[in-house]
Amino acid sequence: MTATANPAAGAQPKPVRPHDPANLVEVDDLKVYFEIRSGVFKTAQGSVRAIDGVTVDVRRGETLGLVGESGCGKSTIGRAMIKLRDATAGTVRFDGTDLESVKPDELRRMRRRMQIIFQDPYGSLDPRMAVGAIIGEPLDTHHLAEGQAKQERIAELLELVGLDPNYVRRYPHEFSGGQRQRIGVARALAVEPEFIVCDEPISALDVSIQAQVLNLLTDLRARLGLTYLFVAHDLSVVKHISDRVAVMYLGKIVEIGPPEVLYSAPGHPYSRALLSAVPVPDPAAERKRKRVILKGDVPSPVNPPSGCRFHTRCWLYERMGEPEDCRTINPELKVVADVADHQAACHHSDEALKTDVGIAHIDPTQVRRGTPASALAMLAETNATTPHHEGFQAPAFPDVPGATPESTSASDAFGVRDPGSTSTPTDRIDPW
Amino acid sequence: MVSANEEVPTGESPTIVELSSDEVLRERNAAVLEAGAGRKADHLLEVRGLSTHFFTPDGVVQAVDDVDFEVGYGETLGLVGESGCGKSVTALSIARLVADPPGKIVSGSIQFDGIDVLKLSDVDMRKLRGKEIGFIFQDPLTSLNPTLTIGYQIGESIREHLGLSAKAARDRIIELLAKVGIPRPADRLNDYPHQFSGGMRQRVMIAIALSCDPKLILADEPTTALDVTIQAQILELIQRLSSEFQTAVLLITHDLGIAAGMCDRVNVMYAGRIVETGTVDTLFEDPRMPYAWGLLDSLPRIDDVRGDRLRTIEGLPPLLINVPDACRFNPRCSYARDRCRESEPQLTEREPGHSARCWATEPGGWIE
Repeated sequence: MTATANPAAGAQPKPVRPHDPANLVEVDDLKVYFEIRSGVFKTAQGSVRAIDGVTVDVRRGETLGLVGESGCGKSTIGRAMIKLRDATAGTVRFDGTDLESVKPDELRRMRRRMQIIFQDPYGSLDPRMAVGAIIGEPLDTHHLAEGQAKQERIAELLELVGLDPNYVRRYPHEFSGGQRQRIGVARALAVEPEFIVCDEPISALDVSIQAQVLNLLTDLRARLGLTYLFVAHDLSVVKHISDRVAVMYLGKIVEIGPPEVLYSAPGHPYSRALLSAVPVPDPAAERKRKRVILKGDVPSPVNPPSGCRFHTRCWLYERMGEPEDCRTINPELKVVADVADHQAACHHSDEALKTDVGIAHIDPTQVRRGTPASALAMLAETNATTPHHEGFQAPAFPDVPGATPESTSASDAFGVRDPGSTSTPTDRIDPW
Repeated sequence: MVSANEEVPTGESPTIVELSSDEVLRERNAAVLEAGAGRKADHLLEVRGLSTHFFTPDGVVQAVDDVDFEVGYGETLGLVGESGCGKSVTALSIARLVADPPGKIVSGSIQFDGIDVLKLSDVDMRKLRGKEIGFIFQDPLTSLNPTLTIGYQIGESIREHLGLSAKAARDRIIELLAKVGIPRPADRLNDYPHQFSGGMRQRVMIAIALSCDPKLILADEPTTALDVTIQAQILELIQRLSSEFQTAVLLITHDLGIAAGMCDRVNVMYAGRIVETGTVDTLFEDPRMPYAWGLLDSLPRIDDVRGDRLRTIEGLPPLLINVPDACRFNPRCSYARDRCRESEPQLTEREPGHSARCWATEPGGWIE
């Protein structure tokens, strides 16, 4: 334990677990509080408990998804993991090294191994820097490449994320949202990190563009052996990309487990409430939905409810006749239904498991996708006879297993232009 | 309909809403039927050949081009598509709120309850807006005035359109706030928008939209700025109140899941055109247009087994300047042939109430 100025830590600090080499990031009893100061003398009025006692690991090579509503602390955990936020209490260890104890020099060297991709592709790129300079900056900071080697590396990175290397001299405003997000990915990859915090990387993008960026992140993970913390509010996206999913509520992890179990047999009533609210593009499934309507808004993290923080809005608490333990005892994460990897912080997860609340409309055996089988068959046929459709370029990910030609042709689809062209800047290429 | 001496409902919804599919359908059908009683036209809203263009220095942007559709009395119609496909401009055109210049409705007709909207004087149009047509926008923080109390803002259209006395107006505002589920409504009349959370602000917007018993609500991405659980609350509220007030809803959304759960019929828009239209069940069960396939395929789904890759629609939507006579989706379509590049297909009926705009899936086309 480092910081001790912690008004809420009544209990003895737990001894920190020994480092497990299977884990890249280990977070123990992390607390991040933000002080509220107001009045003429800016006196402390209390603190926002953004994260209030979180213990979680990110295993090497996995994608850990972190979901929750706004203000639940999910982004703050991401930032604390790469020490963009200081911990109020608790430890964050990266590859066994406590980030609190390392010297600034050493931390700077470690930062090369951990990167972040931000949500807003408009706010996170400096509008006055050309793309080459944006991607080249981390190379300078960490003295990784200079001169010709640096230019080659920038071109390589652009190609890696599916952008034309000739775009180096362009400015962020010339790109669409999806392309900007690719630039953000290239910048993160420049220093060859092991761990990337993806903080809502696709929330600001259109549906079809979201899928392009999601596929890119999946490909890069396989190709470069990356470990992701994927922070998002969209449960469908998190399910798609994650090996394990953690659900947060008011600064705590309330449930964690592999998506296969967490989405089919959630042990926490809050997870069920969240799942019940996710729309499914299937009218028949929509009519089967049992919607949990959570009353009111999330309570203030300045003064969270006693006992289980969710009890003030919990449908199970109400249904079970308001049991006392929910109000008085703070539930710890415990294994659900003997699945070792699946834990929930609820005194009554057994009762939650007995219902189909929240999951009635989720039936993986009934899923209809868009493209009919006849069309898919036709597509497979044309791809076999003419593997290079018009304008198709060399695949950007030849060594990714399962990559299909259309997935790799992202750069041509963005409309590759004559490199010498001095056309007016526009982020959309007229295909006519 | 609501009257001032009715007992004020609490607005609290049950914790868990369980409705079997039959019940939902019956309730909806009854509401739609009842709403049609005393109607002045076949459809509440009939849009024919609507084209709204924007005259910019770079050229004429054909944001909405020759769009035809109708909304029945009490019906919920969805307009789905990606940013820039023209769905919001369609709604703004109906309310005649397109900024002019640069925008202009260049052709078409809009019949609202038997009235030709495009021929109305500005004064008559103002009488329609807010009274017969209510609005719910995406961002309640920017669409509410931060310097006025919410009581004043809800009362604005009531005073303007219904001419109630101050006392009666106040009663009605309190009743509306209760209906949309705002606790202690009488105490919150004098609060300002910043004193409400995002979900509560959206409830205030809904109260304003419903304040004069409108026949149609234009809801433009009403839940996009909200968290998923709050989104569920708001959608449930819109669904419940539109049935109760027998209000038709034109719901604009990019989320196919929301459209599937809320709408009776859905129009899919792409590049200023309606490319597919049908009842929710036919459209989601058997879409007949590759763009609709792509949209459905590119969604990560909560009910899907975890997959490795999503099938994506590559590329970006086109600029709508100098649009040639060709299928507007052809540059991004995996099935496009010469015919798609040479002429634009029409919206043709594939089964009763289900039409699509695609050469490949037409009878005699190259996809079954």
